Amino acid sequence: MTVTEIGAPRRRKEDQRLITGRSRYTDNMVLPGMLHLAMVRSPFAHARITNIDSSEASAASGVVSVITGADVADIQGSLPNAWPITPDQKAPPHPAIAVDRVAFAGEVVAVVVARSKKEAQDAADLVDVDYDELPVLLDLEDAEKDTVLAHPDLGTNRSALWVFDSGEAGTGGDVERALAHADAADDEIRVDRTYYQQRLIPAFMEPRSTVVDPTSEQITMWSATQVPHILRLMLALTLGIPESKVRVIAPDVGGGFGGKLQVTPEEVITMLAARRTGKPCKYTETRSESLVAAHHGRAQVQRLSLSATRDGVVTGLKVALLADMGAYLGLVTSGVPILGAFMFPAIYKIPAYRFECTNLFTNKVWTDAYRGAGRPEATFAIERLMDDLAAELDMDPIELRRKNWITHEEFPFTTVCGLEYDSGNYEAATARALELFGYDELRAEQKRRRDEGDPVQLGIGVSTFTEMCGLAPSRVLGSLDYGAGGWEYAQVRMLPTGNVEVVTGVSAHGQGHETAWSQIVADRLGVPFENVEVLHGDTAIAQKGLDTYGSRSLAVGGMAVVAAADKVIAKAKVIAAHLLEAAEDDLEFADGTFTVRGTDQGVGLGEVSLATFAAHNLPDGVEPSLDSDATFDPENFSFPHGTHLAAMEVDTETGQVTLRKYVCVDDIGNVVNPLIVEGQVHGGLAQGIAQALFEEAVHDDAGTLVTGSFVDYLVPSAADLPAFVTDRTETASTTNALGVKGVGEAGTIASTPAIVNGVIDAVRHLGVDDILMPCSPSRVWAALQGADKGRGAEAAAPTVNSPEVAERDVASTGAVQTGTDEGTAQ
Amino acid sequence: MAKKPISLTVDGVRYADDVEPRTLLVQYLREQLGKTGTLVGCDTTNCGACTVHLDGRSIKSCTMFAVQADGHEVTTIEGIAAADGTLHPMQQAFHECHALQCGFCTPGMIMQSIDLANEHPEPDEATVRENLEGNLCRCTGYQNIVKAVQAGAKEMGGAAAPASTEAGVA
Ligand code: FES
Ligand code: FES
Repeated sequence: MTVTEIGAPRRRKEDQRLITGRSRYTDNMVLPGMLHLAMVRSPFAHARITNIDSSEASAASGVVSVITGADVADIQGSLPNAWPITPDQKAPPHPAIAVDRVAFAGEVVAVVVARSKKEAQDAADLVDVDYDELPVLLDLEDAEKDTVLAHPDLGTNRSALWVFDSGEAGTGGDVERALAHADAADDEIRVDRTYYQQRLIPAFMEPRSTVVDPTSEQITMWSATQVPHILRLMLALTLGIPESKVRVIAPDVGGGFGGKLQVTPEEVITMLAARRTGKPCKYTETRSESLVAAHHGRAQVQRLSLSATRDGVVTGLKVALLADMGAYLGLVTSGVPILGAFMFPAIYKIPAYRFECTNLFTNKVWTDAYRGAGRPEATFAIERLMDDLAAELDMDPIELRRKNWITHEEFPFTTVCGLEYDSGNYEAATARALELFGYDELRAEQKRRRDEGDPVQLGIGVSTFTEMCGLAPSRVLGSLDYGAGGWEYAQVRMLPTGNVEVVTGVSAHGQGHETAWSQIVADRLGVPFENVEVLHGDTAIAQKGLDTYGSRSLAVGGMAVVAAADKVIAKAKVIAAHLLEAAEDDLEFADGTFTVRGTDQGVGLGEVSLATFAAHNLPDGVEPSLDSDATFDPENFSFPHGTHLAAMEVDTETGQVTLRKYVCVDDIGNVVNPLIVEGQVHGGLAQGIAQALFEEAVHDDAGTLVTGSFVDYLVPSAADLPAFVTDRTETASTTNALGVKGVGEAGTIASTPAIVNGVIDAVRHLGVDDILMPCSPSRVWAALQGADKGRGAEAAAPTVNSPEVAERDVASTGAVQTGTDEGTAQ
Repeated sequence: MAKKPISLTVDGVRYADDVEPRTLLVQYLREQLGKTGTLVGCDTTNCGACTVHLDGRSIKSCTMFAVQADGHEVTTIEGIAAADGTLHPMQQAFHECHALQCGFCTPGMIMQSIDLANEHPEPDEATVRENLEGNLCRCTGYQNIVKAVQAGAKEMGGAAAPASTEAGVA
């Protein structure tokens, strides 16, 4: 029997501990003599610190130490930005504890270390901080003007300007010429739009938590992080500690979505406190702290110009972004918009393209990676723009996309950005989605409702997408000035009993690596799935790695596992030939056994492993033990794609939006575990839909986060979402041996534009062609009221990150009703 | 702060302890009893990660003080499997239906779902979604959780409750 683990819907190995309450989240850690930290955070978004009086706090019950920025000014270093996108990028120093000025509300100004968490929190209230308030800069479009400065010392709000121009790069034509031509020619059209990406909060369910044990030679840190390896390196660099003296463990981690891809001030501070007191220290944030102080995502103003022929062929695309860095540059803050640069042309053959991005500082917590990082923003813009173009041309949005997308025969296809898309079949995925959706019937219903003037209008939202996954070829990252490589590490160890241990440099926070990697190794080595154990998330065990983000785990990390397993097989073959007294060339390996071709003579991998352990009878020059490690550096990204369709009902009298039906057909290449894939798609959809309908980080005029708890930052509940219809086409990636592409971000990337396109499609005939996200009832209603006053909602629409946004009536945005006609994908 | 004596049963074991009156039940469970299966995800009673049973009904253990549990019976995620380790049908259903990813919401979800199933032996999809409104999950998009609750309820003794939406990957 051939082992066919790849593609099997295996139930997850990691579930057992999680469903029985035996999980190992960082906050569950208790060490003898452990102290607890509480942070004192600035209530002001921009202020000078004039005095800190910690005498009362220091004298309080249980308090061991109160640390201010001044106390550690010479040793705390500056938190790292690993992606200086231009040589002249500007960045203010980023201390873990502010020293003399705070630049966002929630910034840490002092830390109390005490015997218990309660005592630490009590004493934190006693730290007396005097501030002189400074002018606060919140709005991106204001930031561009430099009249108020987020960091007076920098003299500008501009961190960097990054440009790609296909004419200059030699990968395509001159977009200015294409746009000018469209202006002049009768048979061409030009569409100019500005879209807004609101600030979002990753809102992983496990608040961030860190425990540091300094009591042995090697300092051990447990942390709720996605990036234990990067964290270890960056901590060492930031604090000037030899890397070999630091061990980082990411135990069970309760979600990340990019939000735990960081070296946080809190991690550095816990390290400082532990070294100062010589005692194990723990810090676990509250949810309110998490919302204000863990980095945010998105936050862009997107100015776009598109030219096309009147029969719908796109001739040029120009993108000018304002990207909100927030107050500081986190680990990859400045690079996030650039990931999007490559994705604006999406699945379309765009002959001329220019992208420029201005990275701007504001007085808010910094932005960084959030599920999709740059690619959802780009996909949203181009998919909205395609719908707007279709409307201008009075063309079906699917037809318009068909006219412009890369056809199946045209792969591999080099895009105007210079990326080579290896494979894909946009027509197949779209055809399947249209069929599952019942597109024609819903269009007919839409027409009927329009004709009847039904107060509840129906809209159909289309979104086609591709993304670049499998981050990344190291050389490409180097050319983009990213500070690290994109390779991954794995080790496969055969134990004497025939069991297998797999060590992987990517550690999961919900993605099910333990199960998927077991499947890969079971398949490759022909051993039972149950006999494979996967170890990860500890720099002392997984000695190398570049961690988990950007849907790179399987396409890069999984491939490293394959490479290591193949090396084990190669070594085992030499030994098997020796044991069987046969020539290596005569051996074949299948189902875990080497057999001499044409005979029934064979030896199993387990026996070979035992032989290498006993080492009594090995070929000359072969070392005992049967294990191997490997790194894998991909040659190219992988490019999942898909077509998502949403049927939206909009009540024109109340602004209430109802998601009635959601169908998505994703092509993520080959699939290792369809259960895990399906789960990732569902979760991704929920997050993308949440951007379209519910979520937004709102600040008041003073820069205080208004949505500072789950009462008003609206992470959707089960009652807010419908069941989804999901299906797949499978076009294998040709750039890795597994043929996999990556799925973690797909649902998020595609669903936001599908939903908003659907909402606008429902009301476009009423004169609305733009509604800001999230499309809350109050916003939709306001847009409908303003519909006769020029371009749709713009009259009523505040700019992103503007204080006006705080006006939204959070209570009224509580729930999008979910419909009932969800179908079943076969 | 003066401590108050309480005595209660947690997962079948009797405890008599002194607690500060301001100690939340979840803090008592986690910090004093080491019952770390019950998790804390928020400070506003919105996420449901801390859900346990008090005398058989689900409550958010971050929303009551330990002293209020005096004399009561508390069951946590660590107390619902059989003594021999056989999983509770709802735990098993969450596993079978791949209703968890990072697992952080899971103990609370399972505790809430057991209560839901006791109340509604054959819950339809809308009932499940409504009753899980106070339990947030950031990973799963809820679809498989809904499936799991229906399957778990059925196993717990309700009559056949077909999943109304069996959407899946073909
Ligand atoms: S921790 Fe109790 S509801 Fe969030
Ligand atoms: S499984 Fe991660 S929050 Fe629910």
